[in-house]
Amino acid sequence: MNMELSRRGFLAGAGAGLAGTTLGAFGFGDVEAAHAAAIRPFKLANTAETRNTCTYCSVACGIILYSKGDLKKGEKAEIVHIEGDTDHPTNRGTLCPKGAGLLDMVHAETRTLYPQVRKAGSDKFERISWDAALDRIARLMKDDRDRNIIEKNGDGVTVNRWTTTGFLAASATTNETAWATYKVVRSAGMVVFDNQARV
Amino acid sequence: MFPPFPNPPTTPTQARFGEGDLIRRSASSVTPPAQRQTEVAKLIDVSKCIGCKACQSACLEWNDLHEEVGVNVGVYDNPLDLTPASLTVMRFTEWVNPESQNLEWLIRKDGCMHCEDPGCLKACPAPGAIVQYSNGIVDFVHENCIGCGYCVKGCPFNIPRISKVDEKAYKCTLCSDRVAVGQGPACAKACPTQAIVFGTKEQMKSHADGRIKDLKSRGFANAGLYDPPGVGGTHVMYVLHHADKPEIYAGLPNNPRISPLVDLWKGVSRYAGFAAIGAFAVFSVLHSVVAGRSKVSEEDETNAKRLADHEGSNGSQERAST
Amino acid sequence: MTNSWTDIKNTDLVVVMGGNAAEAHPCGFKWVTEAKASRGAKLIVVDPRFTRTASVADFYAPIRQGSDIAFLLGVINYCIQNDKVQWEYTKAFTNAAYIVKEGFAYQDGLFTGYDESKRDYNRSTWDYEIGPDGYAVVDETLAHPRCVWNLLKQHVAIYTPELVERICGTPKDKFLTVARMISECASPTKTMTSMYALGWTQHSKGSQNIRAMAMLQLILGNIGVRGGGMNALRGHSNIQGLTDIGLMSNLIPGYLTIPTEREPTFDSYMSTRGFKPLRPDQMSYWQNYRKFFVSFQKAMWGDAATAANGFAYDWLPKLDVPAYDVLRAFELMHTGKMNGYFCQGFNPLLSFPNRRKITAALSKLKFLVVMDPLQTETARFWQNHGAHNDVDTASIQTEVIELPATCFAEDEGSLTNSGRWLQWHWAGGTPPGEAKHDAWIMAQIHLRLKELYRKEGGPVPEPILNLEWRYKDPDEPTPEELAKELNGYATDDITDPNDPTKVVLAKGKQVVSFAALRDDGKTASGCWIYSGCFNEAGNNMARRDTSDPDDTGAFLKWSWAWPVNRRILYNRASADVSGKPWDQSRKLLEWDGTKWTGYDVPDIAPNAKPEVVGPFIMNPEGVSRLFTRGMMRDGPFPAHYEPFESPVVNVVAPKVRGNPVARVFRNDMEQFGDAKEFPYAATSYRLTEHFHFWTKHSHVNAVLQPEFFVEISEELAKEKGIKRGGTVRVWSKRGSVTAKAVVTKRIKPLICDGKTVHIIGIPLHWGFMGAARKGFGPNSLTPYVGDANIETPEYKAFLVDIEPIAGPVA
Repeated sequence: MNMELSRRGFLAGAGAGLAGTTLGAFGFGDVEAAHAAAIRPFKLANTAETRNTCTYCSVACGIILYSKGDLKKGEKAEIVHIEGDTDHPTNRGTLCPKGAGLLDMVHAETRTLYPQVRKAGSDKFERISWDAALDRIARLMKDDRDRNIIEKNGDGVTVNRWTTTGFLAASATTNETAWATYKVVRSAGMVVFDNQARV
Repeated sequence: MFPPFPNPPTTPTQARFGEGDLIRRSASSVTPPAQRQTEVAKLIDVSKCIGCKACQSACLEWNDLHEEVGVNVGVYDNPLDLTPASLTVMRFTEWVNPESQNLEWLIRKDGCMHCEDPGCLKACPAPGAIVQYSNGIVDFVHENCIGCGYCVKGCPFNIPRISKVDEKAYKCTLCSDRVAVGQGPACAKACPTQAIVFGTKEQMKSHADGRIKDLKSRGFANAGLYDPPGVGGTHVMYVLHHADKPEIYAGLPNNPRISPLVDLWKGVSRYAGFAAIGAFAVFSVLHSVVAGRSKVSEEDETNAKRLADHEGSNGSQERAST
Repeated sequence: MTNSWTDIKNTDLVVVMGGNAAEAHPCGFKWVTEAKASRGAKLIVVDPRFTRTASVADFYAPIRQGSDIAFLLGVINYCIQNDKVQWEYTKAFTNAAYIVKEGFAYQDGLFTGYDESKRDYNRSTWDYEIGPDGYAVVDETLAHPRCVWNLLKQHVAIYTPELVERICGTPKDKFLTVARMISECASPTKTMTSMYALGWTQHSKGSQNIRAMAMLQLILGNIGVRGGGMNALRGHSNIQGLTDIGLMSNLIPGYLTIPTEREPTFDSYMSTRGFKPLRPDQMSYWQNYRKFFVSFQKAMWGDAATAANGFAYDWLPKLDVPAYDVLRAFELMHTGKMNGYFCQGFNPLLSFPNRRKITAALSKLKFLVVMDPLQTETARFWQNHGAHNDVDTASIQTEVIELPATCFAEDEGSLTNSGRWLQWHWAGGTPPGEAKHDAWIMAQIHLRLKELYRKEGGPVPEPILNLEWRYKDPDEPTPEELAKELNGYATDDITDPNDPTKVVLAKGKQVVSFAALRDDGKTASGCWIYSGCFNEAGNNMARRDTSDPDDTGAFLKWSWAWPVNRRILYNRASADVSGKPWDQSRKLLEWDGTKWTGYDVPDIAPNAKPEVVGPFIMNPEGVSRLFTRGMMRDGPFPAHYEPFESPVVNVVAPKVRGNPVARVFRNDMEQFGDAKEFPYAATSYRLTEHFHFWTKHSHVNAVLQPEFFVEISEELAKEKGIKRGGTVRVWSKRGSVTAKAVVTKRIKPLICDGKTVHIIGIPLHWGFMGAARKGFGPNSLTPYVGDANIETPEYKAFLVDIEPIAGPVA
C-alpha cells in the first residue's frame, strides 16, 4: 500500500488524510511505519578523519576534515564534511560562520585548477602546462634580474639589491612554505617583499 | 564552560532512538513506548548570542542544504526569512530600551521550537508526515508529507516552509541524526560563544538558571527562561534578558498556543474520518479557516474544489489502494 | 598577543577598542563570554559603530574613528589624577623613574627636532640621560622633573574628559564610565585585557594607538599577568607566522633586520646591534643577536657561509630606504619602476588603497604571477567586468600567469596563531585539478632560476647557486624538512667547552632551542624564535595533550608556542618585586628562593634573582617603556593627530595635518579630500559572515551576506533622503562605489568640536569573482598613506560623500 500522496492529490478529494486517519484507526499503522525513516543515517559513518586548522583568522580553530577515501592510506580523498575539533583547547569544537562553511571553500566553483596565461593585450586566459608556466616565469625573472640588479651603489658598497621584481607573500600558507618562500626570494636579492600583515 | 560533546563517531553507530520511541504521529495513533526517553532540549541564550550566523552556516552544511544567494534589503538578516533550506535564521532587532534609553541589539536565532504539544503535528492531515519522539524531537517525514501547508498554520511560531521544488514542508529536525548517535545539533556544536547549548531538558533549565542569575546581577531584572506553557513547554528554549517582553525579540509570541481550530479539526478527522465524504465537507470549511490563504494558492483551491465536485471520493480510494 | 586566546577567561575586564572581536574572531571571543559567565567579568566596547561585540557588552561608548589616542591618553590622565596606578609595578617594571635628556620637549603637536621639509624628526633628544657609569640615570623617587613619569603626567594633562569629548565625540559621562571601570584594574588583584586589531593599526598613527593602550596597561600593572596583556588579534591564520619568519622587505626571520647600505660589512652591521644593558645586571637578551644572525646565514647558505666571507653577508641585499612595503611597491610600479610582481595567496587589487592607482600600477608591469587556490580579482585585473572593473583590456600589456595552489585542506604544516602557538595540521583531501603545494611551486621557481644561472651565467649568481637546498626530493621539500631547518641543527660536532673530547651535539642533530645557537657557524637555524619547535624530541608543534593543570588556560603540552613554549610574554611581571604573585588566585610564576616556578615557561633566566634582574629581558633597560626613546618615528609618547582626511581640524595642533611624519608620496597628497567637499567620516571593516575576499567564493557565506552595502545612521538617511535597502553612491577624491544602504540606529552622529559628524561604515568583502554578488570594496575610496612607523594603510578613517541613486546595483 503506497501512502505517497501529492499535495494536489490530497486537496483533490475527500482527503487522503482522512483515509489515513481511517487506516490508522483500523490499526494499519505498521504499514506506514516502514516509510517513517525520518532519522537520516549518520553521514560521517565510514569516513576518514584528518586534523587540520581553519584557514581563516588567527584564532586557528582545530577542525576535522571528514573524507571519503583516506589520503594517509594513499587513497584519493574527497572531503565531504568539516567540523570543529572538540579536543582543541581554543575552539572546543565550535566554529564561526566562516569556519562552519569551509567545505564550500574547499569545493568552491572558483578554485583555480590549471596553470593559465594571459598574454599581453589579450582578453582571455589560455591553459598551459606547469612546465611551460614555470620555465616562462624563470625566464622572465632572470631577464629582469640580469638587467636590473644593483650590485654596488654609488659609493661602491656591495648592495646586491633587486628592486624591479617584487614578491607579495601569503597570509595563510604554512610556516614551512613561508620559509621556502623566504629562501627563494631573498637568495634572488629581492627587496620588494611584503606580506599581508597590514591589510 | 558548558562541556562540549566529544567529536562525532565515524564508525557506524546504533541509533539511540527511532520508531519505537514515537509518542505522536500525525493523523494516526501510535502506542507510546512504555518508557519515555530522557527529554532533550536546546537552550538559546540570547544574551550570549553575537549574531554571527555560525548556526545558519553549520545547519546548511550539516544538512546538505542549498540556499540561494539573495540580496541585501537594508538589514543584516540573510536570508530574510526561514525557507525550505534555511531551517534557522538570525533575526536582528534594534531596540531602544525605554528605561535606559540605551540601544540594545536583540539577536534571536529563529527556528523550530520542538513544542511538547506540537501544533504542526496536530494540524497535519498526512499520516506519519510529522512525528514526535519521546525525547521531545518533532520531526517531519518527507516521504509522507503532502505539502498542504497546514503545519505552517498549526505552528504558533510560523516555522515550517513548503518547498516549491518538491512541495514538501521543511523545518529544523533538531539534527535528529546527530542526536541519535549521542551528538548535539550542528548549530549547538558550532556556536562560538555557546549561546546555543544542548542536553537534557532538566540540564538546560538548570543551566538557564545560572545564566539568568548572571543577567540579573548585570541589571536585567526581568531576565528569564522562555519555555512557554501554552504549548506544553518547548524543547528549544530561550534565555531572554527581557523575558517579560518576548515580543521585542522579532515577534517571539508572548503566550503561544495552538489555534483552537486545530483541535477542532483533529476532533473531526479522528472521529468523523470513517465517513470520508461527509467529513470532506467539514474539512473544506476548516481548511479555509485554518490554512487560510497561506501556502495553498487560490488556483489550488479552485482546482481542488472542481476535482472534488467531479470526482467525489473515488480518487482517495484509488490512491489508498495503490 | 602577549597572552593567548584561552587565557582571556582569566580576566576581569575586557576592553574591545580598535577591533570587533565578536565578529572577526568569534571562536576566540568565546573566552570573553566565558570570562563574563564564569567570573563575572565585564566587557567594554568603544567603537564608532554599535557592533555585534557591543551587542553583548556591559558598556558601549561611541568614538569618532581616528581619535583613539586622545581617548586613551584621557584615560591615562584620569588614572593619574585619581591615583589609580599600580605603583609598585609602575615604579619597578617601567621606565617611569628614568631621566630624559635635557632639551626634550613637546609643543603645538610636535616633539623636539621636527624638520618639516623632511617630514621627519631629529630624535637625538628623545633619550635617557646616561651617567658616567654608562648606565641610564634614574630617580626612584620620581621627583625629578625630567623623569619619564613627570613628563608623561605633563604630556597627558591636556586630555581632560572635556577635551576627549571635543575630539572624540564621546559624551563626557560615557567616557568617565569607561575610565572609571578601567581604572579599577589598577588593583593588583584586578586585571584587564585589551583586544584590538586593524581598528587601531590602520591609521597613519596606528602604532601609537597601540602604544597608548600598552602604556595604560603598564601603569595598571596588567602586562605579563593572567587575564591581562596587549592582545593583537591577527587577521589571517598565519600572518603571525609570516611576520615571525620575516617575509617583509626589511626583516630577517625572528625580527632580525636586513642590513642597510650604510652597513657595508658584517662588522659594521653588528656594531649597532650590541644591545649593551642600560642598567646593571640586566639580561638584554638581544645581546645574542650575532648567534641568531649567523645561524640564519648558515640556514640560508650552509657550507658556503663561512667566517672568512662574513657568513655570506654580501649575499643579503642591502636596503637604501627603510622598507619596500606594499605602498612603496605600488608607487614604484605606478611610476614605471617595476617589471615583475608575484602574488602568493594575496589579492592586492582589493587589498591596497586607491584601487584606481593599483589598477594603473599593475597595468604597467611586464609580468604578474599569481599563485592562489582561488580565482582572484588581481589575476583578472585586466578583464572588463562592467562597472565593477571597468578597464580597457586591449591596452593592458601585462602578461599574467595564474598558478593553481592547494588550499589548507590539501596541505600539511604549521600555522602560528595569534597567541603564538605553532599548530601542525595534516592534509585531508586530494588537490583539485592540477593544483600544487606552494612549497613545490617555490622550489620549481628556484631550481629553474638556478639552472638558468648555471647554464648562462649572469650577475651575482652566488646567492642563488649556493642556496642551501639539500632536501631528499629537491623538487618538493617536505614540511618536516623545512620545519627542522627553522628549528635549527648542528652543522658540525659541538663539543663541551670544558671537555673538547665530549660531543654534546653531533653534526646533523636538531638543536634543543635557541639557547644552543652559536655565532661560530656550528649551528644553523632559519628562525631563532622558532627554535625548539622541532628538536630531537620530535615535532612539538604536533603535540595534542590537552592537560592544563589547575585550569590556568596555559595548555603547555598542546602544540608549541614561541619563544621556548612560553604562553604569556613578560610573565615574570605577574609577580611582585620580591617574586610573590600579585594575585595568588591568578598565580603564574613564583620565586621559590632559588628559581622561578609556576604554570608557564618563565620569561627570564630560571635562576635570575627577582630583585636584581628586571622582567622585560629583551629591553636593555630590563623594564618596559612608557617613553620609547627614539624607537618610533613619530614620538616617544603618543600624541593626538587627526587622520589625513578628517571632518574636523586638530584642536590640539590646528596647523598639523595627519601624522606629521607619515610618508606621503608626491601625487598622493593632492588626492586627499577635505571636509568641505567630502563631509562624511567613513571607516572600513569586516563583517562576521565573511573572511576578507575569500569567503565570497564560498556559497554558504555568500548566502549569509550576499551583497555589498554601506551603513549609515537614521539621521543621515533622513538628511539625504536615503531609504533602507535603497541604492546609494559613495565617493571620495579617489573613486566611487555603489551600494545598498543599511540604515541603522547602531550608528549615531557624533558631536565633535561643536560640529555634527556623520559616520559611514563600509564593509570590505566584495569583488567581481566568486559566489556572492558583484560589488565594490572600500579600497576604491581610501587614501594612499600609511602608518608613520610600519606603513599600514589608513583604512579606518577617510572622507566621502554620499547620495541616493536609482537602484538596483548592477
